[in-house]
Amino acid sequence: MTTINITFNSQQVQLSAGTSLREFVSSQIGKELDTDSKAVDGSKLGVAAAVNGAVVPRSSWNGKVLEDGHSVELVTAAQGG
Amino acid sequence: MESQEIKRLDADTDPFVVAGHTLSSRLILGTGGATSLATLESALAVSGTELTTVAIRHFSAAGAGNVYELLQRNNVIPLPNTAGCFTARDAVLTAQLAREALETDWIKLEVIADEHTLLPDPLELYSATEQLVAEGFKVFAYTNDDPALAQRLQDAGVAAIMPAGAPIGSGLGILNPHNISTIVSRANVPVILDAGVGTASDAALAMELGCDAVLLASAVTRAHNAPLMAAAMRDAVRAGRAARLAGRIPRRDTALASSPVEGIMQTLVGEF
Repeated sequence: MTTINITFNSQQVQLSAGTSLREFVSSQIGKELDTDSKAVDGSKLGVAAAVNGAVVPRSSWNGKVLEDGHSVELVTAAQGG
Repeated sequence: MESQEIKRLDADTDPFVVAGHTLSSRLILGTGGATSLATLESALAVSGTELTTVAIRHFSAAGAGNVYELLQRNNVIPLPNTAGCFTARDAVLTAQLAREALETDWIKLEVIADEHTLLPDPLELYSATEQLVAEGFKVFAYTNDDPALAQRLQDAGVAAIMPAGAPIGSGLGILNPHNISTIVSRANVPVILDAGVGTASDAALAMELGCDAVLLASAVTRAHNAPLMAAAMRDAVRAGRAARLAGRIPRRDTALASSPVEGIMQTLVGEF
């Protein structure tokens, strides 16, 4: 199987080629996502994703296939301010 | 409602309307600095706050969504901030991510000039404000206590002006009350005193100066007893607001007796 290397939240991560952003986020947050990237269990995700410094709207996660060298950032609310 | 008719302050007699949303509490509690989520949750509950700031940071499976879930559980509205951003570009990206993550178009815009003072960079702040307003965000602009800049931000379409009383986390109180008063007198959007509050009297003073609300975090979260300080801040904001509406007496250079001078005993008249 062909693999790709991406940078995820400043860490190097190896993935199978053809992984979509939806599949990747789903694996990170531990929630099953439908094709619109809504949680199957109905809960709010509370996360957002950017690829190469640009926000990718949740509705586009399914069609966004990650490529070798991509930089992916996944963020959420943290204590602050 | 005329202030003379107000017998007590609550959401009906004195609502706090910001960005089209009505809140009953004029205390906005930040979540930064709490030693544990349990302490934070307790402080939030005691404070009565309905709106609280959160930062946007990398997701990690270990701390997955704890703060977000805590706010949802307590029906507290999250106000995401752009803390840690030094440029308009970074602040705009952070705001866009916050909108996606938290499903809100409210953003507390912080664009910091340097790590030593954590004071806003006026030029980057203004640039980011223009971009975010154009993208439909409700911008809560953390700004210097500069009336001219506050006016510019208001003209640019911010939802609220948030002048710093003193540098973030300093606990120095309100360094320039006159400037805060001037900002309040010119504002047609809510003014929220942000940063610098150290103790309850600082929060009361902000409200007495005419601010619509107070945002504070460290003063509560880093207090020895955070829930007790949250209660103090809740009461101080209410007291300051009531004092503002009640109308303070003018300052005088000389005393003015509060006891009547008529009917005073003859033997004492010579004393005057």
